[in-house]
Amino acid sequence: MERSVQSDLPGLAPPDLPGLAPPERRPRRSRAPYGLAAPALVWLLVLFVIPMIAMASLSLQEGNSLEGFRQTFRFANFSDAISQNGEFLIRSFRNAAIVTGIALLLAYPVAYWIAFYAGRFKNVFLFLLLLPFFISFVIRTLAWSFILSDNGIIFGSLKSIGLLPENYRVLGTTVAVVAGITYNLLPFTILPLYVSLEQIDHRLVEAAKDLYASKTKAFLKVVLPLSMPGVFAAVLLTSIPAIGDYINASVLGGPGTAMIGNVIQSEFLRDRNYPEATALALVLMAIMLVGAIVYARVLGTERITEG
Amino acid sequence: MNDRSLWTDPSWIRGMTQRRMSRRDVLRYAGAGAGALSLSAILAACGVQGEAQSTGPTAGEEGSTQWWADMKTQGPGDHVNFTNWPAYIDRDFSVDGPASRPSLYAFTQATGIDVTYRADINDNADFYATIRPALESGQDTGHDIIVMSNFQELTEMIELGFLIELDPELRPNFDANVGPSFKDPAYDPGNKYTMAWQSGATGIGWNTKYVDEPITSIMDLLNPKYAGHVAMFNNAADSAGLAMLELGITPETSTPDDWQQAADLLTQFNEASGQLRGWMDQAYLTAIENEDLWATMAWSGDILNDKLYFPEFATFEFSVPDAGGMIFVDNCCIPNKAANPVGAMMLMDWYYDPKYAAMLTEWNAYVSPVPAGGKIVQADADAAKGANKEVLQTIADSPYVFPTPEIEPKLNNYRVLEGDEVQTWNDLFNPIFLA
Repeated sequence: MERSVQSDLPGLAPPDLPGLAPPERRPRRSRAPYGLAAPALVWLLVLFVIPMIAMASLSLQEGNSLEGFRQTFRFANFSDAISQNGEFLIRSFRNAAIVTGIALLLAYPVAYWIAFYAGRFKNVFLFLLLLPFFISFVIRTLAWSFILSDNGIIFGSLKSIGLLPENYRVLGTTVAVVAGITYNLLPFTILPLYVSLEQIDHRLVEAAKDLYASKTKAFLKVVLPLSMPGVFAAVLLTSIPAIGDYINASVLGGPGTAMIGNVIQSEFLRDRNYPEATALALVLMAIMLVGAIVYARVLGTERITEG
Repeated sequence: MNDRSLWTDPSWIRGMTQRRMSRRDVLRYAGAGAGALSLSAILAACGVQGEAQSTGPTAGEEGSTQWWADMKTQGPGDHVNFTNWPAYIDRDFSVDGPASRPSLYAFTQATGIDVTYRADINDNADFYATIRPALESGQDTGHDIIVMSNFQELTEMIELGFLIELDPELRPNFDANVGPSFKDPAYDPGNKYTMAWQSGATGIGWNTKYVDEPITSIMDLLNPKYAGHVAMFNNAADSAGLAMLELGITPETSTPDDWQQAADLLTQFNEASGQLRGWMDQAYLTAIENEDLWATMAWSGDILNDKLYFPEFATFEFSVPDAGGMIFVDNCCIPNKAANPVGAMMLMDWYYDPKYAAMLTEWNAYVSPVPAGGKIVQADADAAKGANKEVLQTIADSPYVFPTPEIEPKLNNYRVLEGDEVQTWNDLFNPIFLA
């Protein structure tokens, strides 16, 4: 987010071409973009930059919720946050990776089918995809806890016809957590994929077939590479919220399924140890930011489209 | 719960029309944002307050005699927002709307004060966290009455001055009828800030459909037969309490070394892979009702009410472990800046009338702070017929509703934590509930 703000602003200003514009008019013209960007800048300043500063400040404080917290620049909050929660960080990244993988495998055929075969019903199918999301995230997750319940619709029926052992369960395990996150984030995987697939010129596929490419080969050599920007966006949009998710782990999980979001929640609400909680949140943010930047550099959209 | 319309809810209207940030906050953040200060000054500016108050309110302040006099002159108003735990008030499912909570409806009929009743508290720590920001910045939380257990959170709220000191003149029923064990409790000397709502035992509940022998110890929950269908509480007061009792330690006088032993015992539940379904809050009740749980740590009245009033839960059982259980007291209190303090106190006192105390007991099956209600329960049981008689007689005879001399020594008080102990306690137990 920060990157786009910084790079967009100078980009809006007219390029510095000598002789094209009279120099005395330039100051007035160059103020306009800043004026236009001002509401967004104020928004970011008030709701992003200032809270970030407040968080950064809090993360270095020391104290407890009874006596209050004082600024002591205790950087050890950060090392504590990392050393005490390595297990949860690793588990979160592992879960997010599994979620992203499954979501991509599920989403790609759906997006592909809607983009290529749904014809004039495209919007209907997209609407159907989004329909469940008119209901709040938490309510949907709670609904899953009923669906996945031991004697619920699915497992209760399977047990009663003897297909599953009596004490088989999914609720309270990592499987339930990963399934819940995948379900909740699936639209964020499908939509960017759909957008990139929808833009592909069908004549390219026809041309590939004219050149004796098999269906598989045409897909692998034409469609898949052209949809990579969509895959790129889908991975980011799925994995980032997946890492920070705590609703699914707290509603569908059990012992051994807590993710880093749950730790932060517990530090905030249960321990009321605000400095450690903010330090941990900042660590998580930094790791994700670095990860996203590396990912963009290595697999950036420019290189894919160029290649 | 849907008897509340957004447009007529005064707390919503207030929230939409009144400022949320104090002028000092605005200046502080504006100053910080403008970059007028050096970075370290900015970092130092954003503190979190929390000064423990040892003295009561000064003259004219919220909770003082003068303030209460002013409030009483203004009258009780026509509305009270009452926020409680689920399954904690008498219900009549044959009617809809406010009348489905008979004792509360009687209050509205008698006083003309509408009550917005919300069963929103599932966990002391989580609920406290949601109202703490408002309390810290001196705003109305939107709740006139909240119900907090005699745990760490309540102690902290009293010490930080987040609760309004109650008016001794507005509780005649309380003065007349409160039971000796609910008067002047250790966590709130003189009942300055709290009046008990109900009390109960923390023990073990199980479903005899799946569990054929009685559960007499929390260690029974480690039985592999019940793998994946047992739960423990995610609040350390209860879980660590039962663990210490199991180890022969008296929780109330326990030391940090004892806590370490309790933590080691609780860790066994995490190590027994696949055994524990979760460290739960009030959600355990839904889980045992769905038969996801077969045996679980439980609060007495939750299980007894289910067993007695719902045929599908007739197979539920509750008991405290042989080693002992914990006894909790849930307390009504009024958070600072509550909009309707007089109405709130009238309602809190309403339930100290033995008649309404008995209505609660007959449904909740918890321990009432009003002993005189017991006779009414027995009289109602004598007068009732058929299945209803059986239910009421069971409640009248239950040692968990009217503690008998045999059960009383088995019910233990919580450890009151002081100063640095809070941090030690949290650091020891909370990671267990997360793992």
